[in-house]
Amino acid sequence: MASASIVDPDAPRGGAFVRRHRLTTRITHWLNAVAIFCLLMSGLMIFNAHPMLYWGQYGANFDRPVLKIGSEANRGYLRVGDVEVTTTGVLGLWRDGDGQQRRYAFPGWATIPSRYSLADARLWHLFFAWVLGAGAALYVGAGLVNGHLRRDLLPTRAELKPRHILHDIAQHARLRFPTGAAAARYNILQKLAYLGVMFGALPLVILTGLTMSPALNAAWPWLLDLFGGRQSARTLHFVAALLIALFIVVHLLMVLLAGPWNEIRSMITGRFRLPREKL
Amino acid sequence: MTIDLTRRGLVLGAGGLLLAGCDRLNEAPAFRELLKTGERLNFTAHRAVSDRQALAREFSPAERSPVFRSNGTRLPMTPQWQRWEEAGFADWRLRVFGLVDRPLALSLADLRRLPQREQITRHDCVEGWSAIGKWTGARLAPILRAAGLRGDARYLVFHCADAIGGRSYYESIDLIDAFHPQTILPHALNDAPLPVANGAPLRLRVERQLGYKQAKYLTGVEAVARLDGIRGGKGGFWEDQAGYEWYAGI
Repeated sequence: MASASIVDPDAPRGGAFVRRHRLTTRITHWLNAVAIFCLLMSGLMIFNAHPMLYWGQYGANFDRPVLKIGSEANRGYLRVGDVEVTTTGVLGLWRDGDGQQRRYAFPGWATIPSRYSLADARLWHLFFAWVLGAGAALYVGAGLVNGHLRRDLLPTRAELKPRHILHDIAQHARLRFPTGAAAARYNILQKLAYLGVMFGALPLVILTGLTMSPALNAAWPWLLDLFGGRQSARTLHFVAALLIALFIVVHLLMVLLAGPWNEIRSMITGRFRLPREKL
Repeated sequence: MTIDLTRRGLVLGAGGLLLAGCDRLNEAPAFRELLKTGERLNFTAHRAVSDRQALAREFSPAERSPVFRSNGTRLPMTPQWQRWEEAGFADWRLRVFGLVDRPLALSLADLRRLPQREQITRHDCVEGWSAIGKWTGARLAPILRAAGLRGDARYLVFHCADAIGGRSYYESIDLIDAFHPQTILPHALNDAPLPVANGAPLRLRVERQLGYKQAKYLTGVEAVARLDGIRGGKGGFWEDQAGYEWYAGI
């Protein structure tokens, strides 16, 4: 970049090792990673107990679902509104490891436990919900105190300019990633994705989860008003979980593309090797 | 034996190991005990943030489900219940017994004569669905006072006339829920006598907990000091059979 006229001669260059993630970030990252995987997979098992989603205060078998995963004789399907997609083999109708035909919504390889057990899935889900809650609170709390959120994640005014964001999108699309010292900083798409999960999807998934509790409905009736009913909250819980799952897919893809060994090491030991500048 | 060492194979293999690991953890008693701390945390946290008298939302008649779904037993097959049903529940009685000073045997007419509470509330099944309906019945609290609940009573066990797989249904609640203003024994759903599928002649509504707590086909209310000596010891049919949480507030 020719315009980079001011270059700090002491700044670390490509090839150098830097300390990238502090201890609280590394601990909460893995704590939350385990918790989110357990929550997503036990959540899919819980969904299998009633594979329909509704909108409003109530919703059961005689009411019209907004989403349904079901099966007919030889066909599994996913129906959203009036749109139906055949999903045989993956959703609604699939074979388990022993070749046995099953008609649960999500297949065994995607659920905890892999066999149908609503009781066990609830044990996992309602335990790891506390783990995620604690992990997220610890991360955000520490990040506010030590300045990590403000310094590393809060976008600058310049970064939020459409031109900058479009430029970053174009660079990502061409798989051109920052090198040198810039690689150790979060780029704007990263910042927006992390903040979106932290202050968007995570609060949504937690609050909609709480709204499904009849006891908390009585304690905090505003939850029902906020989401327009328990069944709406259940649907939004699923949407938020899907957003988090999508984030994880993209996140893992970026780790693979950016150099998985270096990235994973930096999240375990904190040490990150700056990619060499392309000349 | 061939070993698949493609990258795809490795990823699938690692995923399979991870899943098998989760299933093995799921069966490990120590890990299950760890998972169960979630239930205790939920119970403690809910009670900490809830007013004891906090009411479940009540809805308007227009907000009711067009069809109120039933679940579990829809027609009890026990001879005793069938005899009661044939006689229009004329000789059916609700026994109130256990740790009480004055055991009671209440007829449907007795229960209808007590001050009635009407509430349009939401029924939430552990499976995930909800239905809204109107319940009419006597509050449990005055019945317990009339029976003279003894000081050592800590829980109420609800005995039922239906059986699943040869085992009688039952449930239990603590005294905070027992004396909650919305805890009633309804004999009517949506202004009609309680349908058979929904628990005729009498069921329990404990509005801040899930559907499996709402015992149907009631025959008795027993005041007890502990739950561990009763049936499977976990305080309810599904708690014993499937391992559902005794505290069903979430």
